[in-house]
Amino acid sequence: MKRYSAFAVAREALRYHTGWERAWRSPEPKRRYDVIIVGAGGHGLATAYFLGKNFGITNVAVLEKGWLGGGNTGRNTTIIRSNYLQDPSAAIYEKARSLYETMSQDLNYNVMFSPRGVIMLAQTEHEVRGYKRTAHANALQGVQTEWIEPARVKELVPIINLEGPRYPVLGGLWQERGGTARHDAVAWGYARACSAMGMDIIQKCEVTGVRSENGRVVGVDTTKGAIDCDKLGMVVAGNCSHLSEMAGFRLPVESVALQALVSEPIKPCMDVVVMANTVHGYMSQSDKGEMVIGGGTDGFNNYTQRGSFHHIEETVRALNETFPMVSRLKMLRQWGGIVDVTGDRSPLISKTPVDNIFVNAGWGTGGFKAIPGSGWAMAELMATGHSPLAEEFSMMRFKEGKFIDESVAAGVAH
Amino acid sequence: MSTRLAKNGRLIDRSKQIEFTFNGKRMKGYAGDTLASALLANDQMMVGRSFKYHRPRGLVAAGPEEPNALVGLGTGDRFEPNQRATTTELFSGLSAQSQNHWPSLDFDVLAINNKLGRFLTAGFYYKMFIHPRPLWKHVYEPIIRQSAGLGKAPDKELKDADTYEHFYFFADVLVIGGGVAGLQAAKVAAQSGAKVLLLEQHNYWGGRAPVDGGTIEGMEPGAWVEKTLEELRGMDNVTLRDRCMGAGVYDHGYALGYERLTDHAPGQGGPRHRLWRIRASQIVTATGAIERPLSFAGNDIPGVMLAASMRDYAVNWGVTPGQKVVVATNNDDAYRTAIAMHGAGVEVVRVLDTRDSGGGSLMEEVRALGIRVECGRAIAKVKGSKRVTGVAICAQNGEGGAQEEVEADAVAMSGGWSPVVHLWSHCGGKLIWDEAHANFRPDPERPPLGADGNGFVIAAGAANGAAGLADALHDAQTAGEAAANAAGFTPKVGDAPAAEAPEENAMEAVWLMPAKADIKLRMKTWLDYQNDVKVSDVQLAAREGFESVEHTKRYTTLGMATDQGKLSNINGLAILADSLGSEIPQVGTTTFRPPYHPISMGAIGGEARGEIFQPLRKTPMYDWHDSNGADWEPVGQWRRPFAYVRSGESLHDAVNREVKNTRDNLGLLDASTLGKLVVKGPDAGKFLDMMYTNMMSTLKPGKCRYGLMCSENGFLIDDGVVARIDEDTWLCHTTTGGAERIHGHMEEWLQTEWWDWKVYVANVTEQLAQVAVVGPNARKVLEKLNEKAGGGMDLSKEALPFMEWRDGEIGGFKARAYRISFSGELSYEIAVAASDGLAFWTALMEAGQEFGVMPYGTECLHILRAEKGFIMIGDETDGTVIPQDLGLNWALSKKKEDFLGKRAHSRSHMADPDRWQLVGLETVDGSVLPDGAYAVGNGVNANGQKNTIGRVTSTYYSSNLGRGIAMGLVKHGPSRMGEVIEFPGTDGKIYKAKIVDQVFYDKEGEKQNV
Repeated sequence: MKRYSAFAVAREALRYHTGWERAWRSPEPKRRYDVIIVGAGGHGLATAYFLGKNFGITNVAVLEKGWLGGGNTGRNTTIIRSNYLQDPSAAIYEKARSLYETMSQDLNYNVMFSPRGVIMLAQTEHEVRGYKRTAHANALQGVQTEWIEPARVKELVPIINLEGPRYPVLGGLWQERGGTARHDAVAWGYARACSAMGMDIIQKCEVTGVRSENGRVVGVDTTKGAIDCDKLGMVVAGNCSHLSEMAGFRLPVESVALQALVSEPIKPCMDVVVMANTVHGYMSQSDKGEMVIGGGTDGFNNYTQRGSFHHIEETVRALNETFPMVSRLKMLRQWGGIVDVTGDRSPLISKTPVDNIFVNAGWGTGGFKAIPGSGWAMAELMATGHSPLAEEFSMMRFKEGKFIDESVAAGVAH
Repeated sequence: MSTRLAKNGRLIDRSKQIEFTFNGKRMKGYAGDTLASALLANDQMMVGRSFKYHRPRGLVAAGPEEPNALVGLGTGDRFEPNQRATTTELFSGLSAQSQNHWPSLDFDVLAINNKLGRFLTAGFYYKMFIHPRPLWKHVYEPIIRQSAGLGKAPDKELKDADTYEHFYFFADVLVIGGGVAGLQAAKVAAQSGAKVLLLEQHNYWGGRAPVDGGTIEGMEPGAWVEKTLEELRGMDNVTLRDRCMGAGVYDHGYALGYERLTDHAPGQGGPRHRLWRIRASQIVTATGAIERPLSFAGNDIPGVMLAASMRDYAVNWGVTPGQKVVVATNNDDAYRTAIAMHGAGVEVVRVLDTRDSGGGSLMEEVRALGIRVECGRAIAKVKGSKRVTGVAICAQNGEGGAQEEVEADAVAMSGGWSPVVHLWSHCGGKLIWDEAHANFRPDPERPPLGADGNGFVIAAGAANGAAGLADALHDAQTAGEAAANAAGFTPKVGDAPAAEAPEENAMEAVWLMPAKADIKLRMKTWLDYQNDVKVSDVQLAAREGFESVEHTKRYTTLGMATDQGKLSNINGLAILADSLGSEIPQVGTTTFRPPYHPISMGAIGGEARGEIFQPLRKTPMYDWHDSNGADWEPVGQWRRPFAYVRSGESLHDAVNREVKNTRDNLGLLDASTLGKLVVKGPDAGKFLDMMYTNMMSTLKPGKCRYGLMCSENGFLIDDGVVARIDEDTWLCHTTTGGAERIHGHMEEWLQTEWWDWKVYVANVTEQLAQVAVVGPNARKVLEKLNEKAGGGMDLSKEALPFMEWRDGEIGGFKARAYRISFSGELSYEIAVAASDGLAFWTALMEAGQEFGVMPYGTECLHILRAEKGFIMIGDETDGTVIPQDLGLNWALSKKKEDFLGKRAHSRSHMADPDRWQLVGLETVDGSVLPDGAYAVGNGVNANGQKNTIGRVTSTYYSSNLGRGIAMGLVKHGPSRMGEVIEFPGTDGKIYKAKIVDQVFYDKEGEKQNV
């Protein structure tokens, strides 16, 4: 892998950029791999990356039915934060956040992680208490957050209207080291690093069957033929129910459409990420200048990758109210992705009823921020059979009733 | 130079001059002008700067597909960035500013990026700025952010001065596009009796036809358009709207229209935009086609324009971008531009036709005008920087060696036409590649599907790939008939209006001009004008393995600008296909997403702003509270008084006063917001036994019982007092926030699981006003009211014991009195009709004077219940707490076979003895524990987090006890009474608290049973 740098760009410019090599190879699948990861989204690629980096397992294929990074990795609102309430959540999201800090250097790929800070607004007394509680919990979890008063909110977010006639801003939970990153670059950076370690990323290769013998996985059938493996990782978000059905078990997951939208680009006016859960809206400004806005999930299950317009209305109303200037911007584009939601809205990083099949799913509306932590934990679980970060996210928790419920801290999509 | 022509201009009124300003410069135009045509008339060729290289940009198009001419419009609270000059109708006093430059449009410092263009290729930022790490946040990113973006942000302190509204419409057939195809399709559908809505985005009808010529039914197209419009206007079942764009198509025949009501006349009252929310059985998309640019070096220099757009400017508005025009084309249509410009008195220097065999009769017509036409020729390069100065001509099938240079100040280009398939595609309609016309058009076999599995969108005319006037009308006729049929009507099957237009020769796909252009030319050949994506960028992406069209788009930003690739997408993916050695249909397109063209956030929000952002629910006593010092707290959509603040008193003082007075004398609480659900029917008892953990079916009429509700997973979700009214009627109180949620919860179970049970649930929360009369003097005040009224309900301990209710009259009001208490005091909750609420409240306040009455708010309510150790849903519970955690095992019926949550309670973790349990907490020094603090144990867990052993759930200052009191959940709490545990605060202090019984006040409950 040729390293990227300003020097390399300058050198290539002199020869009209004819010397750049492929960011990742595009091989045909081999007959067999030690590990197959299904799903070349952020979580799948990060899993493969840490299998190689932390455990030296590089005979790995990542299979992708479409184009890598084309699912929710390329459709989310790119927010990174770890101000979760419950211990297991805070642990894995903070691990992820800290890995984001050095991801550009680790991958030699600028993923533009930008710790611009995240505020979650409190607009009811109930939310005030909830966020103060989170701040207390975070302090013990090693997550840096603080409760801030309205004046400080205004300082950080000049375009906010504190005195909305319906839900005045009473303060907020501030995570200074939260922020955003360039979502596509995360997938591309991991893909490039995996490919450089000799792993095969095989796009346009859909899994059509999962083969197991004596309760143990032996391989998969794909649109590019049968491929054997010792271990199989299923990391396919909204499609995980389909895949688990092929393997012969069910997951406690439902798939629903989640929407987002962007405005036309404008000059910088908001540096931090703001989430307003009472009125159901959140917004940040991308480096391109677009206001990036997250909507809600539809109330019914589906796989269409598009959603109902009334959710967009609800979100935009909330933002017009919270940031009055938004009313004079225009919506450029809206889109949807299929998110996989579990009963307690926390993810699964888990062994399954079939030996050597592992599942990583259920990130619901907030998976992007977890990518490196999720990959780290999943790789550890697959390589060693045990990961402290993943332990509480076993699917067995639904049998035990040991839920990880964050709803008290984050009422809506995150 | 660009000027107003002496003739032409069918859309302008030369008798009405209009003044406007551009970058502060005063200019003149005519009524009917767009801002774009008026700028051309004033020789304002340069209108903006591009996104990345800050290159000079001029008008390329005449419609919404325009990528360059984005301006800031208006001032102050009516300022809006990124408005397209081409879709902005000129009005008197219009003030526009060009964007993305500093210090001025003419001289822009960041144009340095253009000089660095060779370094700043596609995706350069992924490869740079990696080291040293802190510089990204503090240096590189701020610079990139500042140079990106387009228009200025609106003022942060100003609120939008305009209003917006939503509009609902139901149509059998929605026709989008008011060109000849849309008009014909609408007419055919309407004649079948179908209710038809026809939307046109412009302020004029007829689309391109009046500009392009030919005849329809022997008439000029413009005359036919007028005639057809008259017919449609005469039909009751037809609604026509201009200035109204079809913005999006969604599932189930839902569509959005975006009507711009006063953009052309700001400040004239009425809403600015109207969002049409349309439900249609069938949708006909007659949205026309968009011309494609040609890819040659210098194709972004101001003065290079789409051929049909140049014709539009000349014919519709009587303006020309130049005096010496070169036309470059791969099809016959551009010859119409040569004819139009020549007819307008503009010199056409050359027509360069890439086809060796040239065009058909239109070419002959051009030649007959004495214009030089050269076949097999191409533009090697356009010269100029801020405007076109000349054109170097070469062979199309070569590498770009210039054979001739001509002087010119404008270039008209035509690379063929792409049907506007956006609305077809929004909801899943698929496309096929049309080799002959080199474009994607709707695949009629794979339309967007409705709930019945049949298609609900039909494309018509040029939007369906029809070429030429006759084809388009024929296609529209068929589409109108099909739509009417599918919507359940019987259309009269007939012939499309006869149309005549010149025969055209086949076009030839040209994706690069000249075909073998070298790298230096390709680096100057633009695909996406706004985002500065060049042919060389797409080729680089392909070379680096970004082979999916989505990867290329995202890596290069092709098609991601505000025009969403209307001009660039097909050209870009053709280059990609070529680079990959693949075919265009194999590479495919990116996904089309709504809206077709950006729509205002104001319109999306509609009327719901400010006070009516969300419904505000008020109790009947709301105004009384408001004028008596209420400090409001939003609770769901309600507002409740947090406390009633007297003058000279702090909020904290007010709360303490209310707490003390209610314990000592008499307090009144407006409890009207508490949910009240009537559950009625022969199976109501059985149903409530399932909903509540307690047994409700055995409750006797006249009695009350405190009930708990769990979710299927066993977690406590609501609580409240249930009263049995009669044999088959129960009244269930819920929390304020729970009324709608619990009503929905009950309905869900009734409708999806126990649909055969005979039970009705009605939410009567708003039908009743409810007042809690609380304190040692509670009975006295009520008896006094009865006394004044000359009699009433017997409220004695014997007649109305604790946890019972009675109907009757109190103080002359028809009332239902419940002997229930959430404060531990003698307490009556009295429900009266909502219409009597204020009068009853006022009567109580008056009668209560001698007993020391004071109203109290939610905070006092909380403190009173905390002093008594009563739990509060949302404080002691958070969705993870089960009744057993709160010592409420007594409320879990052992007799019942089942209730919601029962099975969940048998899961292993629910029975875990290590679950945190409810206790009282008292700080050692009497201070108030911080809200939400956690108690720490020893060491850290496997993830390095400090181990916790409990947390504070409620914490208050009790003025009755003169100290802080709290409740919390603590591991093994009830067996650790007296132990002191530590709560680190976020303020750095460690709070020490003793574990105590959760009942702090009147432990024996003597005060409520009097």
